[in-house]
Amino acid sequence: MDTFTLLQHYWWLLISLLGAFLVFLLFVQGGQGLLLLLGRTDDERAALAEALGSKWELTFTTLVTFGGAFFASFPLFYSTSFGGAFYVWTALLLVFVVQAVAYEYRRKPGNLFGERTYDLFLLVNGIAGPLLLGVLVGTFFTGAHFTVRPLNLVGEGGSRIISQWTTPWHGLEALADPRNLLLGASLTALAGMLACQYFMNCLDDAHLRARAQRAMRPLALLFLALFASFLAGLLTADGPHAAPDGSIVRVPYKYLRNLLQMPVAGGLLALGVLAVAWSILRGWRGDRRAFRFGGCGTVLTVAALLLCAGWNDTAYYPSLAEPGSSLTIRNSSSSEFTLKVMSVVSLLIPVILLYVRRVWRALGPKRPGPRRDSPAR
Amino acid sequence: MITDYLHTVDWSRAQFAMTAAYHWLFVPLTLGLSLLIACMETVYYRTGDPFWRRTTRFWMRLFGVNFAIGVATGLILEFEFGTNWSNYSYFVGDIFGAPLAIEGLMAFFLETTFVAVMFFGWDKVSRGFHLTATWLTALGANLSAWWILVANAWMQAPAGCAFNPETLRNEMTSFADVAFSPVAVDKFLHTTLSSFLLASLFVVGVSAWYLLRGRERQTALRSIRLASLSGLASALLTLGTGDRSGAVVARTQPMKLAAIEALYHGREGAPLTVVGLLRPAARRDTAGSPFRFGIEIPKLLSFMSFRDADAYVPGIADLIDGDPAHGLMPAAEKIARGRTAIAELARYRAAEEAGDRTAAAAAKQKFDPATPEGRAFLDDCFAYFGYGYLGSPQELIPDVPLLFYAFRVMVGAGLLFILLLAAVWWYGRRGTLERQRTLLRCAILAVPLAYIASEAGWVVAEVGRQPWAIQDLMPVDVAVSAIGSRAVATTFFILLALFTALLAAELSILFRQIRLGPRNIPDVDVTDIDSAPRGDSGGPCDRRLGGSEDSGDTLRDGSANGRGGDPAR
Repeated sequence: MDTFTLLQHYWWLLISLLGAFLVFLLFVQGGQGLLLLLGRTDDERAALAEALGSKWELTFTTLVTFGGAFFASFPLFYSTSFGGAFYVWTALLLVFVVQAVAYEYRRKPGNLFGERTYDLFLLVNGIAGPLLLGVLVGTFFTGAHFTVRPLNLVGEGGSRIISQWTTPWHGLEALADPRNLLLGASLTALAGMLACQYFMNCLDDAHLRARAQRAMRPLALLFLALFASFLAGLLTADGPHAAPDGSIVRVPYKYLRNLLQMPVAGGLLALGVLAVAWSILRGWRGDRRAFRFGGCGTVLTVAALLLCAGWNDTAYYPSLAEPGSSLTIRNSSSSEFTLKVMSVVSLLIPVILLYVRRVWRALGPKRPGPRRDSPAR
Repeated sequence: MITDYLHTVDWSRAQFAMTAAYHWLFVPLTLGLSLLIACMETVYYRTGDPFWRRTTRFWMRLFGVNFAIGVATGLILEFEFGTNWSNYSYFVGDIFGAPLAIEGLMAFFLETTFVAVMFFGWDKVSRGFHLTATWLTALGANLSAWWILVANAWMQAPAGCAFNPETLRNEMTSFADVAFSPVAVDKFLHTTLSSFLLASLFVVGVSAWYLLRGRERQTALRSIRLASLSGLASALLTLGTGDRSGAVVARTQPMKLAAIEALYHGREGAPLTVVGLLRPAARRDTAGSPFRFGIEIPKLLSFMSFRDADAYVPGIADLIDGDPAHGLMPAAEKIARGRTAIAELARYRAAEEAGDRTAAAAAKQKFDPATPEGRAFLDDCFAYFGYGYLGSPQELIPDVPLLFYAFRVMVGAGLLFILLLAAVWWYGRRGTLERQRTLLRCAILAVPLAYIASEAGWVVAEVGRQPWAIQDLMPVDVAVSAIGSRAVATTFFILLALFTALLAAELSILFRQIRLGPRNIPDVDVTDIDSAPRGDSGGPCDRRLGGSEDSGDTLRDGSANGRGGDPAR
């Protein structure tokens, strides 16, 4: 494997990890979707919102970084998908915009629209966020309607635009594909399940914890059913394979083959699924540590699936309009120089993880005992 | 079809401009206030004086209200490069994506992680950790600005890149040239310093309001003392960096400079028009002065542009029609050369697509800088690649009146701020500020003026770049996505309605918080608050953070601040 190819694989790994962390952090959205269900009084809802309030920025920042990293490493995806599936991406962004202000404004005096409006924003973000993200990630496997023709840039007359969407729906058609919806619904249920586990982990109120435990059970069953259906469909489906000459051919059981031909991805997926299943069992019994297993399992599972989508000569963004336009990590990446520069920058990631962990712990439950550092008087 | 794209361009430009304008309403306050807050908390950390704790937390409240909406609008802005400018994203994504990704990794994570400690950590972490978090938030915000401005500077003056004919895109060749280009450095310094100025004026304005009302005297006077000094320093430095930016623009974007000065005909020893009223019919082919009236300072424009009072500054007509005496090529010639470059590129790519290796190899020679033929072609033709997309030279002229007036609003306001802050600082030092009621009223009026000046600065920077998305490389109508104009018009109005509603909410909350004032924030320790009777009985998470007044700001202000009561008391 030459350096350029190695860098392309490395960056797809980073994108997969960022995507995996993003899906895990959607527990914030899951919690928002459950605010009204779990919180029966204003104060209970405030306690739940406050538990999520110090975490929503992590989800938001991961989304921003995910977009930026995709732009830097695979700009052709950025230009093709964002400029093509315009409506769905815009809708996804809008639901995150309203989330950002809702936490800060919902109980502020003078917020103009009332607390219920901001709670509605949180609810919309809580449900539509994971659903739309799931649908968009689903197109990594099911494909989208686009063509990519760089020659348009220098063509005489006609369109100068390189990436064209071939349906007038600009991404909305992805919502009509049951496989995408299945993944979107799976993520929504998963986010809710993880949120319940998070509440069980961080809240001290026994009533709220018990309610979270009860809510987790149907969500977990729903998630298992939806995700198992999606996974079964994926592993038995044809998939786009990039031949050595650059052409894209459909190969039976492509994703299953990927898992078998890449034992690391297969192992991660198995481990991730087991961890999530274990978290469900622990959570079912009310174990407060279920969230740890659920979180780790989610990251492993999603990372493995995304690796399956992009590695092993797979087209990670198949074109349904013109298979030759499908995007692979080879034909859509930045130059070798840029990937090298960005790889140096990526060495910051462990540092980021360390300080995020430090802050996460610092803002966790307050331990009893004397105050560590009282202000001098 | 083409008409459709042209129309899409208009909507896409409108949407991007609107998003950027809203975003920029919130960012400067975040940048500047984060540093002022960090300074105030440092004083608290060093002295342990609860007054500074309360004052810090008061300004932090206002910061929080502003921060959330800045983050929200910024998200849309980042992704609009993909949704609305897909050709742009492909053509320069190899270079442009890197600063955005680094911003996310290096700066935004830092800012948003530690901002949580700032708001939620008062009773959960040590004072040292909290102070560190506050400084890291300020650092993150300003680092974030650095990378975003690096990206913007690259659009104004591309550097550190080369065109790859095989991929039909520009690719990075030097990260250092991209990240530390003189334009980026100047832009960062000018923008962040002007943000500190705006934040200082905000603090001075709010404090002045308290003094006029006879409230919060101690907080107001001490805040003014800090903010007038920081504002004055920022204003003077902004003036200096603005001067440097002008000199850089003279070299990299001469058309922008000519339009800012409404200089239709260039000359040696060009004067600077301090104020003026443009004739509506003024054009490059109109004889005589373009001004109904104007006050000029002789030779100042030449000096500021090239540090030489007798230097030649080209005018709009010279840049369009050419001036061989000063080595200026006519725009029509640039367009012809650009079209030749595009045609050669098409020929090369067609040969590649057809598998004609001989023809492809011959055509590719022209793009190889290692060969004499390649060097000549790249210098003589390909350097004008972007011009090949233009229909006529006239398209190269940006909106002159808008630039002329916007620039004067920005600079004029900046000079007024220096006088105002100097006066505020002077009377503050003498202890007679409270008696200067006219001055205090002016300080309040300076706050909206600072926002107008700040927005005017961006109008100058971005409208002056037109018609280019990337200076000389790609005009905006080639940079756009293939979306119907109705689709973009729809999202434009949705975003306009949403941002306007959120801005109204933000202002309403901000004004309410200002009316409530710092007296609303208890300056007792957390343990005292925890043991004090409370009007609300939250859950354990609530109680854990309940001692944190700022978490109360976020989620329980209704009860904590006595919602329903008279906030102004």
